[in-house]
Amino acid sequence: MDSVILDTVLTLSGLGAGAAIILFFVAQKFKVVEDPRIDEVEEALPAANCGGCGFAGCRNFAEACVKAKDFEGLYCPVGGNETMAEVAKILGRDAVEQDPRVAVLRCNGGCESRPKTNIYNGAATCKIASALYGGDTDCQYGCLGFGDCVEVCDFDALKMDPLTGLPVVNDSNCTACGACVKECPKDLFELRKRAKKDRKIYVACRNEDKGGIAKKSCSVACIGCNKCYNVCPHDAITMNNYLAFIDADKCKLCRKCVPECPTNSILEIGFPPRKDRSAETDNDKNEVTSGEKEININNNKEV
Amino acid sequence: MLKTFTLGGVHPPENKLSAKEIIKELDIPENVTVPLAMHLGVPAKPVVEKGYPVKTGQLIAKGDGFVSANIHSPVSGKVLKIDKALDVSGYKKDAIFINTEGDEWIETIDRSAEIIKDFNLSPEEIVNKINDAGIVGLGGATFPSHVKLSVPRGKKAEYLLINGVECEPYLTSDHAVMLERSEELMVGISILKKALKVNKAFIGIEVNKPDAIEKLSNIAQEFKGISVQPLEVKYPQGGEKQLIKAVLSREVPSGGLPIDVGVVVFNVGTSLAVYEAIQKNKPLFERVVTVTGKSLQKPSNFKVRIGTPLIKLIEAAGGLPEDTGKIINGGPMMGKALSSAEVPVIKGSSGILILKREESARKEVGPCIRCTMCVKVCPMGLEPYLLMTMSEKALYESLEKEKIMDCIECGSCSYICPANRPMLDYIRLGKNQVGKIIRERKK
Amino acid sequence: MNKQIIISPSPHVHSGQSVEKLMYGVIIALLPALLVSIFFYGKGAIAVTLISVASCIIFEFLIQKYILKTQVRIHDGSAIVTGMLLAFNLPSNLPWWIIVIGALVSIGIAKMTFGGIGNNPFNPALVGRVFLLVSFPAHMTTNFPYPQGISTPYISHIDGFSGATPLGIIKEGFKNGKSITELIGDVPSYTDMFIGKLNGSLGEIAGAALLLGLIYMLIRRIITWHIPVSVVGSFFLFISVLWIFSIDGHNIIMAKTSLNIPYISYTNNEGALVPFHMADPVFHMVSGGLFLGAFFMATDYVTSPMVPKAMIIFGVGIGIITGLIRIFGAYPEGISFAILIMNGFVPLMNRYIKPKRFGQTN
Repeated sequence: MDSVILDTVLTLSGLGAGAAIILFFVAQKFKVVEDPRIDEVEEALPAANCGGCGFAGCRNFAEACVKAKDFEGLYCPVGGNETMAEVAKILGRDAVEQDPRVAVLRCNGGCESRPKTNIYNGAATCKIASALYGGDTDCQYGCLGFGDCVEVCDFDALKMDPLTGLPVVNDSNCTACGACVKECPKDLFELRKRAKKDRKIYVACRNEDKGGIAKKSCSVACIGCNKCYNVCPHDAITMNNYLAFIDADKCKLCRKCVPECPTNSILEIGFPPRKDRSAETDNDKNEVTSGEKEININNNKEV
Repeated sequence: MLKTFTLGGVHPPENKLSAKEIIKELDIPENVTVPLAMHLGVPAKPVVEKGYPVKTGQLIAKGDGFVSANIHSPVSGKVLKIDKALDVSGYKKDAIFINTEGDEWIETIDRSAEIIKDFNLSPEEIVNKINDAGIVGLGGATFPSHVKLSVPRGKKAEYLLINGVECEPYLTSDHAVMLERSEELMVGISILKKALKVNKAFIGIEVNKPDAIEKLSNIAQEFKGISVQPLEVKYPQGGEKQLIKAVLSREVPSGGLPIDVGVVVFNVGTSLAVYEAIQKNKPLFERVVTVTGKSLQKPSNFKVRIGTPLIKLIEAAGGLPEDTGKIINGGPMMGKALSSAEVPVIKGSSGILILKREESARKEVGPCIRCTMCVKVCPMGLEPYLLMTMSEKALYESLEKEKIMDCIECGSCSYICPANRPMLDYIRLGKNQVGKIIRERKK
Repeated sequence: MNKQIIISPSPHVHSGQSVEKLMYGVIIALLPALLVSIFFYGKGAIAVTLISVASCIIFEFLIQKYILKTQVRIHDGSAIVTGMLLAFNLPSNLPWWIIVIGALVSIGIAKMTFGGIGNNPFNPALVGRVFLLVSFPAHMTTNFPYPQGISTPYISHIDGFSGATPLGIIKEGFKNGKSITELIGDVPSYTDMFIGKLNGSLGEIAGAALLLGLIYMLIRRIITWHIPVSVVGSFFLFISVLWIFSIDGHNIIMAKTSLNIPYISYTNNEGALVPFHMADPVFHMVSGGLFLGAFFMATDYVTSPMVPKAMIIFGVGIGIITGLIRIFGAYPEGISFAILIMNGFVPLMNRYIKPKRFGQTN
């Protein structure tokens, strides 16, 4: 009996020792020499592997950073300037700074303002529906509401609002990785420069139809009336195909355009409620501010 | 043993409600909307402007590049505007709006009823004339015909196949053409034979159209090198690759074209359009459209001008029924559901199908039970259940390896699935994405 | 709202085929065998089937509703099929609580832990049966009641009216050094075994009725011929080849054709050279659970391969493993183990065995 145990112990230990020796030599032979800085850089990165930088994952981005001479075209939107400064320190280079950005949805056509005109009965994804036709409302540019963007968001920054049927961006979670921008088949997301207190003013519409047609399909569509364009003191607004666009880099957030819009398609978010100046625009403003409040409340809840 | 293709296939109920209806000419509508993109390829460029007077058959838009097709005015009148209009693609796209005034045809068109059998144009002249007439595949794919007739260098056409299968349930427009325009059709086939320099043409017809088989077989005796091939009834026999397999037992290689096995396939409607273009100088501006559906009062076959709003056809067939759930451009297996009956007839509209509400809604989707039915019915030998899962998970590389690009989108998998899984929806999505990746790689 | 047009991608028609129709088709195909079983075993067959089906349905319902919190899908009939197949694999005098444990293992462990219908890698009913076989060997190997007619009550305890199955008798006999001629008198005639007059699991006995069920499923196109034919065919071939080289096969062939085929002998535990004994192929075909396994268990959609070529490999694997276990293994019957073993290979086969593609060049 004793010899059995002894035999077993000896054989197994022998096997283990043999395997260890083989493994040691194999590991020596196939050792890959790697720049140790890659590990350091990777350590500094957020490890979200979201692909927002354009690389497959954080490791690939770290390799690219170490290999490249400068940070041309290399930026981690998730980590932002802080992370990039850290990476720069590791590599002994000057950091490049970029303005932090945040995603906004350029459609405000909720269920009430944009009535459904047909029933979609296919597989419930935006991509399949948009490959089939313009959508279940008369606006072929607007949000389809199946939430493909929510699915791809790695940072829990998007959720569907059951009241409007539109996705809502949670500003504090959004890292501007751009996954939703790539995913949306209607190209409704835009990465805009973050301003103080997350304030923003933008045209929440992509409808390129003529005013009458646009207005008929959606009550908050941009009808291309040029009023905002005319009033803007900073030349931040451009008009194309009956559609206004506010350039976030030029916009000084003066809010002059917002009350001008006859269809309330310009949204102002993060501002304190303004004092009423005239009774005429009273209703419009109330609507805008109430809508804005709703979004704010949603945001706060998520925070 | 009747010939048919070997892999897969399904037998949906035929429902050929309008099979005994003769072709009726529909009144010319007051307005027509002619989309600039009614063929596969680059949209045509308009050569008219707002306010221009046009005659029936006059060129109004020129094909832009090789894979594109000319468009001719289907009515006489004035160009109202060139603007965006909803078409069968489901999106608003550029179209020419024309207000009808009378019906004055351009002088070159021979409007007599006489059937001209002789032709002495050279193959090149035939192809050019077909190109000028704006003829595209009328079976639904709308591939420009002159491209198909221009056999690439190094390849040779041996056989011409004429597709008279009409395997889509409900549709009868090809059947009606084969019965009523048999002789013109035969002349058209002879012209195509000459253009392709082939000696032999087969007309493939399923045996559910015995009258067409009989009539064409009789007439074919007068024409050299044309014979009728009766085929077993099975969907999707009207698919090019399936038809070639059924008639000639040749398999188009994966990723290849029919010309790779020496075959060119044309639809019967296209052959008739070729006859009219060559012998009567008549460009393609009208076609035969089936208007059908169980709830319709008078399912019919109409000869209509391109650009006629679908609602006019539906009204002529007894009006849009109360309980309409779906309006489909094409047949029930591959047709496209439309959000409005105002969209115009295009060159590829072979039929309009009205489905009742209770026929329209899809059933609840369940989990895949791996019953293998989709694999069994797939005419391309693919595994639809796997393609759907991979497509959902965006595994595009694996999809390419699993030959997703071979899918002909016949819908047999979704049709048969006991769990009602929307397989084709996802396969189409995967196909789009993989197609994009392949195109980018080629750049 | 109701007037609005519906839009969906093509196709716009559906065959009307459904999971329910397929499952109820299988249930109909199982009924002849159940009737035969009731005819021979009486109330025991009814009781075991009812307990098994009911507990499968209840477990599936409870798990879907309260544990997984998904949509309840008991109406699709798959739990009934599992319940019936589990019952068919049990003796008709099994105590109710063992059946309930079997159903819990089948549904709770083999099916729902993997995500329910469509996701389980192993046949649920077989997992339940094998679990019971190894946990309650006394009840599951030597306690099969003899057929006593339709009025037999449900006796859920071991008594004098039960014993081992013919396969068990033969296996035990060979182990004790008996020859087939001595043993053949202890088992029913082949005709009796084919129609179901023998002791065994309540569903496996009626070969003829199971064959009827198979024909029904083939006509309704619920399954294809590939798996049943390849299982039974390969099993028969394998057993026949072995039998030719056994002393019993040798004797019969010698007597009929005077062909002298050498037979195999081996040294047993006591060191004596003994000839290799084996029952003939027809006996193996009509006894045991071959038909039930080949027609109803191996053809389970979820746990069988997707492509005809793979189905045949799968079937041949089952046939040969069954033969190996029956002749050389410790258990008298091996089809359950054979199917479960081959189930394990199904994902691999699905991955590497592809259907014939249209236009495949090489």
